Amino acid sequence: MSVVEKTAVRPSPPATPMREPRVTDDHGRRVRGWELALRYALLLGVLALTVGPFLWQLSTSLKGPTEDIYSSPPTFLPGRPTLHNYERVAETIPVWDYALNSVKVAIANVVTNCVGSALAGYALARLRYRGRRVTTLVFILAMLVPVEGIIIAQFTTMRELGLNNTLIGVILPGCVGAMNVLLMRNAFLNLPYEIEEAAYVDGADVWQRFLRIALPAVKGTLAVVAIFAFMGAWDDFLWPLIVLSDPSKFTLTIGLNYLHGTFANDERLVAAGTVIAVAPLIALFACLQRYFFRGVGEGAVKG
Amino acid sequence: MASTTVPRATGARSPRTARMRRQLPTSPWLFAAPGLLVVGVFVLYPFVSTLVNSFTDRRTLIPGEFVGLDNFRELLHDDMFWIGLRNSTLYVLVVVPALVVLPLLLALLVQRNIPGIAFFRSAFYTPVVASIVVVGLIWVWLFDERGLVNSLLETIGVGRVGFLSDQWLLLLSAMTVTVWKGLGYYMIIYLAALANVPRELHEAAAVDGAGAVRRFLSVTVPAVRSTMVLVGALSSVAAFKVFSEVYLMAGPSGGPAGEDTTLVMLVQRTGTGLTGRVGYASAMSVVVFVITVGLMLLVLRADRGEET
Repeated sequence: MSVVEKTAVRPSPPATPMREPRVTDDHGRRVRGWELALRYALLLGVLALTVGPFLWQLSTSLKGPTEDIYSSPPTFLPGRPTLHNYERVAETIPVWDYALNSVKVAIANVVTNCVGSALAGYALARLRYRGRRVTTLVFILAMLVPVEGIIIAQFTTMRELGLNNTLIGVILPGCVGAMNVLLMRNAFLNLPYEIEEAAYVDGADVWQRFLRIALPAVKGTLAVVAIFAFMGAWDDFLWPLIVLSDPSKFTLTIGLNYLHGTFANDERLVAAGTVIAVAPLIALFACLQRYFFRGVGEGAVKG
Repeated sequence: MASTTVPRATGARSPRTARMRRQLPTSPWLFAAPGLLVVGVFVLYPFVSTLVNSFTDRRTLIPGEFVGLDNFRELLHDDMFWIGLRNSTLYVLVVVPALVVLPLLLALLVQRNIPGIAFFRSAFYTPVVASIVVVGLIWVWLFDERGLVNSLLETIGVGRVGFLSDQWLLLLSAMTVTVWKGLGYYMIIYLAALANVPRELHEAAAVDGAGAVRRFLSVTVPAVRSTMVLVGALSSVAAFKVFSEVYLMAGPSGGPAGEDTTLVMLVQRTGTGLTGRVGYASAMSVVVFVITVGLMLLVLRADRGEET
């Protein structure tokens, strides 16, 4: 009944051209001017709070050694912007090596998560075998285990394998996330079965069905898994902090922590370091927003 | 489910089914093997070994022996453990209500499709994308004795505040950072929920003369209640396990006299390194694990209780 009412209440809303700003609300009614102004004022206020800190950091990193960064009232724009602090970061810590380590870890994490969770997800969703229920349960249980609760045991496991203080050791524990497996499983389950059945009748074996038919159909979810794997590895702090002790093997986050711990009083230097660490992810986010937002939805429903 | 089609077609398809059977024993396991291996070795085995280790006096370099409940008894008399438990609990109590309510208000603010709204939504999400280390260091500088917040406070005549030197202000500052970083994430979750609230409800309430606040409380809140519970569950588990923000802002030793140490910080400090007390840290981990699961059950049960 509600559908009928809705269409009755809203007779072709956007068709009637308003004279000035034709800003309408969800019901097709025009939004009052003061309400709109209030909305934008609030939006700009929140914008200042959420993005402002990043810009302040950027501004600090561009301020030269002679410029007062402690002034009150504060000066928001650098008087004579300089990249000097970025050069100094590179002289203080091997920041580009750290960045390279982070890139390696992040890319490896993307590849292993995409391959591993697509394969396992397909097995859980489409293949019939004895033990499928148990395998599904194993992944569900693994998803529920809080990482922080097992991190010491992960550390001792890594030591037993002789992999502590290596980048492989950083990657391994999260290289196939249980939640990603379950995300992929759900994506495969939502595909219509008939297509694969037709391919099966035509003689396609299980690998052909997986690679040629099922996988291309779940590209969107795969992209979500890839992005969150990249972001998770790039941003991770606690695990690399525990497993890496040799400064030459640090990732960016651990390197930044080291920079902060050693040169805490040099705010321009730390600011430049943080900008180096955050810029790639903000660029990635700017390009692939859709998948970031979609991932939140899918992750929250599952998690 | 799909097996219903099989009996129908058995006669026509028997040769293929036979071929399928030939693949069956191995290939499903080949598909699942990488995932199972990783999850087994690096999640489930460590989980079991955490439980086992918690009853031993194992250290990083010493295998250790079974000591029964000694670790848990020691926890009861360990001041640091109680400080950690207190701080992690306080974290849940302060951060969770903020993260249940504020993102909902934010979602309402960005819900309406006015020009430029996509930009605002993305901008509000930026803190989620940034690494917690970056975020922590940005706020260390903002809250610094001579940082931006204090400059502004001084400009308006309040004077400078030692956000990072006082035990309680430090914890509160770290909580602020956690909320700030989480806002955008939960905002997106709420946006999805708000999209499913029927407009008729709002219209009917408006016709009945309900103001904005009243409509929020009696239309919006009941409609997104299950999402609020979900956000409550997710954020309380995350808040209890807080590590990075406090570690970065208060330092590895947890602020003045270690009074800002959280439980996970204590686990990290106790159990790692060459002298790590693995057994004792495992006992703490078990406590973290039990409380985390307890929190989730509590939130979900509160949901069911209210419904009836």
